[in-house]
Amino acid sequence: MVKVTFVSSNGTRREVEVAEGETAREAALFNGVPGIDGDCGGVCACATCHVHIDPAWIDIVGRLMEGAAEAELLQFAEGANQYSRLACQIPIVTTLEGLVLHVPAQQY
Amino acid sequence: MSIETMEMDTVEKIAAIPIEQIDVSRPSLFQKDTIGLFFDRLRKEEPVHYCRESKVGPYWSVTRFDDIMAVDTNHKVFSSEAKLGGIAIQDMHSAEGALELEMFIAMDPPKHDQQRKAVTSAVAPSNLQLLEPTIRERACHILDDLPVGEDIDWVDKVSIELTTMTLATLFDFPWEERRKLTRWSDITTAAPETGIVESYEARREELIECAMYFKGLWEQRINQEPKNDLISMMAHSPATRDMPFLEFLGNLLLLIVGGNDTTRNSISGGVLALNQNPDEYRKLNDDPSLITSMVPEIIRWQTPLTHMRRTALQDWEIGGKQIRKGDKVVMWYLSGNRDDTVIDRADQFIIDRKNPRHHLSFGYGIHRCMGNRLAELQLRIIWEEIHKRFAKVEVTGEPERLFSNLVRGITKLPVRLHAR
Repeated sequence: MVKVTFVSSNGTRREVEVAEGETAREAALFNGVPGIDGDCGGVCACATCHVHIDPAWIDIVGRLMEGAAEAELLQFAEGANQYSRLACQIPIVTTLEGLVLHVPAQQY
Repeated sequence: MSIETMEMDTVEKIAAIPIEQIDVSRPSLFQKDTIGLFFDRLRKEEPVHYCRESKVGPYWSVTRFDDIMAVDTNHKVFSSEAKLGGIAIQDMHSAEGALELEMFIAMDPPKHDQQRKAVTSAVAPSNLQLLEPTIRERACHILDDLPVGEDIDWVDKVSIELTTMTLATLFDFPWEERRKLTRWSDITTAAPETGIVESYEARREELIECAMYFKGLWEQRINQEPKNDLISMMAHSPATRDMPFLEFLGNLLLLIVGGNDTTRNSISGGVLALNQNPDEYRKLNDDPSLITSMVPEIIRWQTPLTHMRRTALQDWEIGGKQIRKGDKVVMWYLSGNRDDTVIDRADQFIIDRKNPRHHLSFGYGIHRCMGNRLAELQLRIIWEEIHKRFAKVEVTGEPERLFSNLVRGITKLPVRLHAR
């Protein structure tokens, strides 16, 4: 299991455990972390599992690739910035032990 | 008429039609509400189906959830471009005297992206929250004025009124003239054969009147301090304030059209669904916190837009069928929303579903409905206030449905209100 911490917009921290191979979206949904909707079912089609990667982790997780479907969707999301990713596109691997993700106030 | 009350011979007749002769573009099937039986057959027997001849020409029907998702998220192959026919099964056409409005819903990237980005912040959830108190207050007034115990038409007295009220609030539109918004929304999508306008010439005149009216509001707002309404936001935002006027008008009308009959029909459809499923109505009365999951379930159940259409830019395979460059491809959201391989008991209205937002009514991909959170906000407020006042909104007669293969509309819904 890999530990991931979600920080809500009001600063509440929730540490959850997720199995390797699941995604960060599932880490949130399976553990009842509020603020991640994931309407489309995790196939990069709706942008309602928007997270901001903690700056300390962004280069390990990786940034948005220009022109990819994920970037195309996120360009319309509220509050998107250089740390934005879709949680459904972040597979959890052991090198992400301790990952910190910030959840925006609302999904759009 | 619902499928449950439909005569057996109709069901048998539909079952006997040779599959290649099925044409789901006929508006009468939606008006009679027998369309579900046709989609059931297509999903089972031929989920990607070619209709060779119809009033709207040849077209492909994509009827399963996953295939629809695959088309909707593949905008590089499946175009929304107006010049290729646009986004509805009926081609957008240039008619003599028509006023061509450019809207980003019928554009491909990169132009789509620039325009959508410019107006997207206007309906972002954080802005909508600022408008919530006004929307709620006005909804309360409308509901408080309704007569209890008398027969009324829910569509006219409530669904249209509440939707118009919300639009007027969003635009801070002069209150007494708010039904102008409904009218302009209706004519934006109307062709003369619908009876809503007499001719393209008449439509053009009305749209020019609409343009002048909004020009006046724009000039008023740009000279005032920025406020929360959409016109003020567009007049002051660096992304939109220098937009050419016709582009501004097109985008504005898209916001009005997008929020008009979609929400109206979801308000009506929710009342009908609760009456057809008394156990669900009981659940709601016992626990109004279920409104949160009921709202997306209503939107799935109603599917206010039955489909969106694309045009193939190259040969492509969907569900084992070979689509050719230039083919018209119709994603039937109404069918995908009843696909029980993806949605548990998809043919049932269940207000406390798990994952109620996993439906196709808003579409997916870059054209996904921009107002989806606004639609939910409105419906949530309305149901919270209905619940406080009325023990039941009882449907007392047969609903009447719209003759349209695009808008799944309820035109009349007789009801009687029971006080709480």
